[in-house]
Amino acid sequence: MAELRYVGKPVARDDAIDKVTGAARYTHDLAVPGMLHAVMVTSPHASARIVRIDTSDAEALPGVRAVLTGDGLSYRVGLYMVDKRILARGVVRYHGEPVVGIAADTIDIARAACRLVKVDYEPLEPVLDPRDALKEESPLVHPDLETYEHAKGVFFPEPKTNIAHHQRVRKGDFDTAFASADVTLTAKFYNPPVQHVPMETHATIVQTLPGDRAEIWSSSQSPYTVRHLLSVCFGLPHANIRVHVPYVGGGFGGKAGLHLEPLAYVLSKASGGRPIKIVATREEEFNTLPSRQGLHSTVEIGTDKSGRIVALKATYVWDAGAYADYGVNVGRAAAYSGGGPYVIPNCWIDSYVVYTNKIFGTAYRGFGHLEVLWGIERAIDMMARKLDMDPVEFRRLNLLREGETTITGEAFTAGHGSPVECLDAAAKAIEWGTPSEPASKPYKVRGKGIAMLHKAPAMPTYTSCAVVIKLDEDGAADVLVSGVDYGQGTYTVLKQIAAEELRIPIEKAHVTWECDTAFSPYDWQTVASRFAYMGGNAIIEAAADCLRQIRDVAGQAFDVPPDKIVCEDGVAFVDGDPDRRIPYAKLALGYTFENGNSIGGPIIGHGRFIATGLTHLDPETGQGLPAQYWTYGAHAVEVEVDTQTGEIEVLDIATVVDAGKVLNPKLCDGQVVGGVVQGLGSALWEEFRFDESGRFLNPAFVDYKIPTAKDIPRNTQRILLENPQPGGPYGARGVAEHPMISVPGAIGNALHDALGIEFTTLPLNYERILLRILEQGDRG
Amino acid sequence: MTHEIVLTVNGQTERATVPASMTLLELLREPLHLTGTKEGCGIGECGACTVLLDGAAVTACLVLAVEADGCDVQTIEGEANDGQLSTLQQAFIDAGAAQCGFCTPGMILSARALLDRSPNPTDEEIVEAIAGNLCRCTGYEAIIAAVRRAADRIGGEGSDG
Repeated sequence: MAELRYVGKPVARDDAIDKVTGAARYTHDLAVPGMLHAVMVTSPHASARIVRIDTSDAEALPGVRAVLTGDGLSYRVGLYMVDKRILARGVVRYHGEPVVGIAADTIDIARAACRLVKVDYEPLEPVLDPRDALKEESPLVHPDLETYEHAKGVFFPEPKTNIAHHQRVRKGDFDTAFASADVTLTAKFYNPPVQHVPMETHATIVQTLPGDRAEIWSSSQSPYTVRHLLSVCFGLPHANIRVHVPYVGGGFGGKAGLHLEPLAYVLSKASGGRPIKIVATREEEFNTLPSRQGLHSTVEIGTDKSGRIVALKATYVWDAGAYADYGVNVGRAAAYSGGGPYVIPNCWIDSYVVYTNKIFGTAYRGFGHLEVLWGIERAIDMMARKLDMDPVEFRRLNLLREGETTITGEAFTAGHGSPVECLDAAAKAIEWGTPSEPASKPYKVRGKGIAMLHKAPAMPTYTSCAVVIKLDEDGAADVLVSGVDYGQGTYTVLKQIAAEELRIPIEKAHVTWECDTAFSPYDWQTVASRFAYMGGNAIIEAAADCLRQIRDVAGQAFDVPPDKIVCEDGVAFVDGDPDRRIPYAKLALGYTFENGNSIGGPIIGHGRFIATGLTHLDPETGQGLPAQYWTYGAHAVEVEVDTQTGEIEVLDIATVVDAGKVLNPKLCDGQVVGGVVQGLGSALWEEFRFDESGRFLNPAFVDYKIPTAKDIPRNTQRILLENPQPGGPYGARGVAEHPMISVPGAIGNALHDALGIEFTTLPLNYERILLRILEQGDRG
Repeated sequence: MTHEIVLTVNGQTERATVPASMTLLELLREPLHLTGTKEGCGIGECGACTVLLDGAAVTACLVLAVEADGCDVQTIEGEANDGQLSTLQQAFIDAGAAQCGFCTPGMILSARALLDRSPNPTDEEIVEAIAGNLCRCTGYEAIIAAVRRAADRIGGEGSDG
C-alpha cells in the first residue's frame, strides 16, 4: 500500500470550531414556528394500578393545547422487545414512568398544568430484586408477555414469568469437567444500575403533517431506527417520516433506539399538527429515560493443577427494569462473551434478562461487558491466588490464541489481534511484578491490578450501512452518511478516509453534519463501536465508485482507456504523460470539450457494507457466529488507599487496546482517556439507589456523582496495538467502548493487592472500602 | 410581574422586559437567541450554562434575569473577536478538548474567568476553576491541557488575541 497521507494522522476535529464558538446547534437549541412545549407527569410509585386520572383542571388551563393519557394510546413500542407503552395504561411499572403528557404554549404553562393533574394510584407490591423475580411466587411485571412482538429466533421471552430473554451458551460438558477439576472457585458479584449521563439530555421535536407525514428533529444515535420504529408503531410508510439529527450532546448508547419521539408524535396529532418539543429534565434523564441495567453474577471456575481452565459456568441475572426493549440484547451479548477472552473447553452460561419494577435498562457503552467482566476478571484473580499463581501468568496461560475456539465455537485467528500482547503491554506499563513505591503516608497502602477486556459489536446479523459521495463544482467531495457523530469524532475519520481514497487534499473532503433520512443514506444505528469499521468500508467503496466515473470521463477526454488514467491530488492525468491532465473540478459535473460537446455528468459515488457471515445463536447451545470482529484489550492500574477513610486514588492506569490500525491518534486518544474516566465513574462512585418501595433516591448530580476534573487519575497511559483486522478499513477495529470496560475489574484487583480484601460489589466507594477495612480489623 | 432591565451582552446593550422568575439562562437562550449557552441540569449542578457576569463565572440558571440588570455579561458567542478565535478557543481545538461539545461553552467561560484573574495559573488552579463543569466525554485531561496551553500562549504573547 502506498504511504497514507491522511489516515493514521492526528487530523483535528471537523466540528471543533462550531463547538468552541457556540455555533453548534443541538436539538435543545432548535425551535420550529408554532412549536409547543410538552412535559410529562410521571409515576411516583414503582408499581401501582392507575385507578383514575383527572385531567380536567389541566385541560382548562389557558395555553394548554393537548393532554393525553395512556387510555387512548394502544400502541406498543420497542427495538428488540416491543413491550413499552407511550404512556402508562392501567398500571405503572417504575418510579418515573410517564403517565400523562401535556403540550402547552410555554413550558411554564405545561408545568403548571402538570401540577393540576390528579392521578389516583393503588400501590402494588413491587418486584425489586431480579433474583426474587425469578421465583414462581413473584408478581409478574408483564402478565401478557406472550402477546408481545419481539425479534423472533433471536430472543426468547418466557411467558408467565418475568424472564424477557434467556440466552444459553453450552460448550463441552461443564458438569463432568468441573467435577473432575483439581481446583475450583465459586464467587458472586454485583453491579448496580447506572446512568449514561450525556450532558445534553434527551430532546426531540416532532411535527405531524397532513397526509400522515411527520418531521422530526431528535438527539438520537439512530435516525433510521427512529424512522423505522415509528413507522412500525403508527403504521406509516417510511417515506412519510423524515428524521433530522443535528449535533448531539453525547449518547453513550442511551440515545439509540426510540425514546421521547412517540410521545411528541401523539401530542402533535392531538394538538392539530403543532410541532411539539420535549426536553428531558435532568431528573427525567435519570429516572424516566433508560439506564444501564444492574447485574447479579455467579461465576464458577475449575482448573487442572497446572492452572489451565477446564470448566467455567456463569449465571447472569439482569435487573432489566420495567421494560426490556433493548435490554434483551445486553443479556444476549453478555452470554456470548460471558466467559472472558479465555480458552474454556467446557462452558455453561445462563443469562437471564429479568423484568423488575425499576427504571429500565438499555445499551450503555460496552454493554454487557463492563458488567460481566467485573465478575469474571475478579474471579480470575481469585482463582490465580487459589492456584498460588501470578494473576498475569494465569491469564497468559489461558488467553485465547490462534488455533483455539471461543465459547460459541468461533475459530480464533491471528486476525483477531492478540490478547496476549495486550496483557503483556498492560503488565509492563505498571511494572507488574515490581512492588509499588512506599505509600505517601504510613496509613496509606498501594496495590496493583490488571484485568482483560474484549467486546464485539452487538448487532443484528443483517446490520448494514451506506455512504454517498457527491463531487462539487470545485472538485471537493461531500460525504453523506447517517451514522451520527455525537462526539466520538467519527466524521473526522470518515473525512480522512474520503480524502485518502479520492486522492484529494483533506481540506476538500467534507462530511455533512446533521443527518436527514430524506437525503442521508441508510445506517442501522450508531452504536457498538462499529461505524468507523462499517462506514469506513462503505466510504472506500463509494470513493472507488467516484474514481471509476472520473477515470471513465477523463479517459474519454484523452481518448485513452480508463485504466490509463491516474488520480492524484484532485487531478486526473494520463499515466506517463502528466501534462495531459484535468482537475476534478472540470469533471465533477461533466466534462466539456473545447467545441462545447459535453460528456459524463455529475459524479456521485455510493458504497455500502453489510455484516457478513453472522448467524443467529443456537437457542439451546448459543453456538454460532455473533461477531463481525472482536476488539481485545487490558487495563492495569496502581492505586493508593487511605486505610483511615477508605479514600482511593488511582495513581496510574494503563489502557491497552488492539485497535488493528489507529485511524486518527488524536481522536483515538480522546476515546481512551474519556472512556477510562467514565469507567472510573462505574468503578468508584456511580449507582442508582432505591428505597424499599422502589423509589429512585438519587436522580441529581449532588446525589449521583460522576467524575469531575478533580477525580481523574494522576497518570493515564494509552497503548494502542496494531495487529490488523482482516476486512477492517486499513485494518482497523472499533475502539470507542473498550477503554471503560475493565476499569472496575482492574481496580478491584488492585484493591486486593493493597488490602487483601476481595471486593465483589460495585461501586468501590470510600464507604464500602472503609467498612470492609474495619470488618477486617475486627476479625484481626 | 415584569421588570425592565438593561444589560450589556457581549458588548451590545440589550433591553428586555422580563418576568421576575425568568433566569438569566432563559433570557439569553430565548429572547436573545444566544443558544451557545447550554442547559444541562437547570439547578446549578453541571456548569453547562456558565457565563461571565461582570467578569465572574456564574451558572446562568441560578441567576435571575433581573439580577443581571446593569451588568456586563459575556457568553460563548462573545469569546471570538470579529470572527477571530480567541487563544483559548484555539487551544481547545488544538488540544482536542471538545468531543460532544455540550459542556464546551461553559468550560471555556470558566477557563476565561480564570485566565482573566490569573494569567499564569497552576494546574491545581485550572482544575479548581473547571471542577464545577461536568464533562462526560473527554475525561478532562485534554481540557486541562487546553487551558494550560492557552495560558502559556497568552503569557508568551503578552495578550490574548
